[in-house]
Amino acid sequence: MEMKKNRQGAVLFSDYTRGKSIEKVVGMPRGDVLAEVKESKLKGRGGAGFPTATKWMLTAAAVAEKKYIICNADEGEPGTFKDRVLLDEYPALVFDGMVIGGYVTGAHEGILYLRGEYSYMKKGLENYLEEMRKDNLLGVNIAGKEGFNFDINIKMGSGAYICGEETALIESLEGQRGEPRNKPPFPVNTGFMGCPTAVNNVETLAAISHIVVKGGKWYQKYGTDKSSGSKLFSVSGDCKKPGVFELPWGTTITDLLKLVDADNVKAVQVGGASGVCIPKSQFDRKLAYEDAATGGSIMIFNESRDMLHILKNFMEFFVEESCGQCTPCRIGNVKLLEGVEMIESGNYTFSYITKLKELGQSMQVASKCGLGQSSPNSFLSILENFRDEIFNNGNGGVNVR
Amino acid sequence: MLVMEKNFLQEEIEKLVETFGNSRSALIPILQEIQKKHHYISEFAQQEVARLLDIHPVEVYSVISFYAFLSSEPKGRNIVRLCQTITCDLAGKYSVAKAIERELGIAFGETTKDNRISLEYTNCVGMCDQGPAMLINDKVYTRLSPEKAVEIINEIK
Ligand SMILES: Cc1cc2nc3c(=O)[nH]c(=O)nc-3n(C[C@H](O)[C@H](O)[C@H](O)COP(=O)(O)O)c2cc1C
Ligand code: SF4
Ligand code: FES
Repeated sequence: MEMKKNRQGAVLFSDYTRGKSIEKVVGMPRGDVLAEVKESKLKGRGGAGFPTATKWMLTAAAVAEKKYIICNADEGEPGTFKDRVLLDEYPALVFDGMVIGGYVTGAHEGILYLRGEYSYMKKGLENYLEEMRKDNLLGVNIAGKEGFNFDINIKMGSGAYICGEETALIESLEGQRGEPRNKPPFPVNTGFMGCPTAVNNVETLAAISHIVVKGGKWYQKYGTDKSSGSKLFSVSGDCKKPGVFELPWGTTITDLLKLVDADNVKAVQVGGASGVCIPKSQFDRKLAYEDAATGGSIMIFNESRDMLHILKNFMEFFVEESCGQCTPCRIGNVKLLEGVEMIESGNYTFSYITKLKELGQSMQVASKCGLGQSSPNSFLSILENFRDEIFNNGNGGVNVR
Repeated sequence: MLVMEKNFLQEEIEKLVETFGNSRSALIPILQEIQKKHHYISEFAQQEVARLLDIHPVEVYSVISFYAFLSSEPKGRNIVRLCQTITCDLAGKYSVAKAIERELGIAFGETTKDNRISLEYTNCVGMCDQGPAMLINDKVYTRLSPEKAVEIINEIK
């Protein structure tokens, strides 16, 4: 693996020393720390965008003997790799963020759920945790604070995208198949082993460490009104400088494409396979929760790419990764994939394609979890935005079907 | 399975249960260890785990069948997992896959006769900026060309 040290960034990639935020919070009442997080207006970076302060307040308010902080490092959305970079190069930010979560919610145990594909990072992270224990940043009476006990364990995933969904992740930790639960109840009340649990994305926790040290006001200065702070974007596909970039929310797609040196771009997939495919005519859109939302995945496709081929790859992904628990998703994704194959081989009718689009819309409302609710996004957006290329001999007749 | 082998495996699983405990949440870590060492989880191993965790063997099987990295069928000593997802696909996955298949004389989903390598496809492994990418067991290899991929594969024992 390549290491890119000295990354540039105003917020996440700014200077930070291990333990700094922990040492600061132990001198503060819980409520003040939560107020700081609230002031930052930080929203979850795992995709759903739930306000982090609210999640932590609910977990803190729940009355229970045991509580848990889970760091979701299942990062499986196609095109996302920023959590890998954070864990690999900035473990202090992530683990300190977990400890702060423990402090404010009253949890004594943290679990890092690391995807099986990242097994090669496990040893290094465990060594890092050991160093933190030696420095009294984990264990008992952390940073000299009487009665503040917290430790972190690493648990490995076993190759299942759906285990990134928070309730499936909890099922997996409990030794079950990774099948999402009905919500409510939410994990903040009934989570791991039935105890109140805050599940947070790697990047969310990393942001917390900076927010605690530099303040919510400082954080809020970056980004837009509805999307505060900065975001890590994992950029891949047709560009000269792929990689992880920190940018303020609200950056336009055009600006991002310039930054990564991308020419002749036809489409940008924002939000991974579950996200939407944006055509050139909409490149002035902003990357933000209120416009083009993303957990960080940005995939660039240039003029030479066949959009139907791309769509087929996405649908194959969902057919494989659906947990199969509910019908709209289990059967729906298979039907959508079949539809793509029918277009590919020229055996389709427009009336059937219209039916499939309706099926996609039904899946968005009727599926049990986010996988089935968002898997039709690519299907619907690619068939809509690239219909000339796909159906009408567009693209210079290259993709005639 | 020979009686001796069974006894060894039984002892090994008892040790794992000592390490991870006998609660349900210990199930997956135990299965992961068995998988790592034996490259699959045999029917006998499943029964032993079930007995020691006091759950039905079918529960163990249902968990194994859910996760891509757990297997109830024998696999080769090394598992090569090539990323099939879109950015690796566009970066040349197909020609890498073909080169590996030609070299080993097997297709994806198969294991070499000498049990050295099982070939599998996998979904995005988080190396999209450096594709095509593959995992061999726990290690990741990136920016593969057909030639480079074959070179790496020929080196595994
Ligand atoms: C199919 C699916 C996969 C998901 N994968 C991840 C993931 O890999 N990492 C992650 O942090 N959140 C993932 N999520 C979102 C989680 O359910 C959850 O919202 C998130 O971990 C909460 O953390 P946050 O509030 O810090 O974003 C996924 C959701 C769905 C529906
Ligand atoms: S929507 Fe799909 S992944 Fe989610 S519970 Fe239903 S079948 Fe499983
Ligand atoms: S698409 Fe292959 S590593 Fe992400």
